[in-house]
Amino acid sequence: MLNYFKEIFVGIKSLLIGMKVTAFYGTKKTITAHYPFEKIPITPNFRGHIDLVVTKKGYHKCISCGMCERACPSGCITIEAVKPEGAKKKKLTGYTLDFTKCSLCGNCVETCPTSAIKYSNDYYLVGTSRHDFHFDLLARAMKAAEEMGIEWTEPVEKPKEPTEPQAEGGESPAPAGA
Amino acid sequence: MIQKPDPTQETLVLNMGPQHPSTHGVLRVVLHCDGEYVLDAEPVIGYGHRMHELIGEVRDHRGFYANVGRMDYGGALSFGHGHILAVERMLPDLEVPERAEYLRVITTELNRVASHLLWFGAFLLDLGAFTPILYSFDDREAILDLLEHVTGARLTFSYMRVGGVAADVDKDWCDGVIAFVKRMRERVPMYHKLVTGNIIFRKRVEDVGHITRDMALKYGCTGPVIRGSGIPYDVRRSEPYSIYPELDFEIPTSERCDCMGRYNVRWEEIEQSLRIIEQAITKLPEGPVMADKVPKVIKAKGEVYQAVEAARGSLGYYIACDGTTSPYRMKIRVPSYSNLSILKELTRGILLSDLVAVMGSFDLVIPEIDR
Repeated sequence: MLNYFKEIFVGIKSLLIGMKVTAFYGTKKTITAHYPFEKIPITPNFRGHIDLVVTKKGYHKCISCGMCERACPSGCITIEAVKPEGAKKKKLTGYTLDFTKCSLCGNCVETCPTSAIKYSNDYYLVGTSRHDFHFDLLARAMKAAEEMGIEWTEPVEKPKEPTEPQAEGGESPAPAGA
Repeated sequence: MIQKPDPTQETLVLNMGPQHPSTHGVLRVVLHCDGEYVLDAEPVIGYGHRMHELIGEVRDHRGFYANVGRMDYGGALSFGHGHILAVERMLPDLEVPERAEYLRVITTELNRVASHLLWFGAFLLDLGAFTPILYSFDDREAILDLLEHVTGARLTFSYMRVGGVAADVDKDWCDGVIAFVKRMRERVPMYHKLVTGNIIFRKRVEDVGHITRDMALKYGCTGPVIRGSGIPYDVRRSEPYSIYPELDFEIPTSERCDCMGRYNVRWEEIEQSLRIIEQAITKLPEGPVMADKVPKVIKAKGEVYQAVEAARGSLGYYIACDGTTSPYRMKIRVPSYSNLSILKELTRGILLSDLVAVMGSFDLVIPEIDR
């Protein structure tokens, strides 16, 4: 009989202790953000989809080696490059990312010999069709350069002449295979 | 095999799931009920089968980084840790820097705390208490912010790399971790006041789902389920890996053997994880986070079984390689699968509402079971 009343007493007490906690936090400021009106700043280290790095000279660093294409486990990256007549280097003509397949492992960024790709901080991604997620990164880089106020300038490669080998125009000086 | 209902018996066949909220995913449990009592509970798995093991055999070792996080969304980092440890054991020339090992342990333990907080909220939600998940998610968000800062993602981290980790941390991050440990320690008594002592909660979980020692051993249960039955089995202690031998921590157990025992064990584990984080962050050595000579193309040879302690128990990777770039065979031993298999024997004759409490106390993650 005593135990019965003791249990009731202990039970009610435990509920009151719990309610005290909720009452205490009820008077505090809300910790949630009211999303469409408030946004939580995200860390600059956020790994979004990849983007081409725009250099100060207004060009990308890609040497079209295709390392990222091979490193990608899902096959999201497609690189198109041509080698103009008489030129020493390949010229990137298209860099497409199929973000519908990407699982953000980061192998492409880590394997890039010239650090030509980076993670974007873009997380507001919504589309009405899957084609919206086939990103043309070259076009995105041109747009980013425009926003940064840099003119997109293709480096002029001098034709093969018996001059010193350093004359490479605006190409990035990063060595291949670094 | 699923039993056919016997029309001569007055039993009801009830499909719990695959879309039932308390199964935490696409798990279907076929129940044979006599009124409120469960006569037989048969878990049906495979609705979320994504062929992770086969993908591991098709892709190269690095290509599997993204998959480990998809198996266990609660504790993705320990899954990554097991995978890279297994691959690294097949590359004897590779020397992983000490800082990388420390960072692996710190992030894994943070992830373990986050996973237990997620379990806590979901478990209480199963039992009908809505408020606690909001409190636990407050703390979990703090962990995810820290992890996002170093790994770049909030759920599927892909942070572990063969030969090290993907990113280094700075002083501010370490201070943030220490501040979090302090904050979490202050919050734990609040959780106990809010939930642990609550009479309704106690009536729901005490003496429910009694797993004896023999039963836990027979079914190969691991993690908090076996420790809740009084067996101090923890891979971090029994088969030490990484830097765990250097750290001072205890293996919490409970002799209660019921849902309350497993609940208590998880809370004590959070405290032990905080202790590990604290020690590791003070000992964190300087240096690189990536080994110098990591082969660009990993061509491993031999076979290896590497077990790690994930948030839900012992996780094992068996990888056999024949010298090509991708494994010949990959088998993943996941803790939730063994823990779930005990359900049939355990829930014979218990109430339907207790079944939910029992399943909640297992901390099931269905993508991990289905793989």
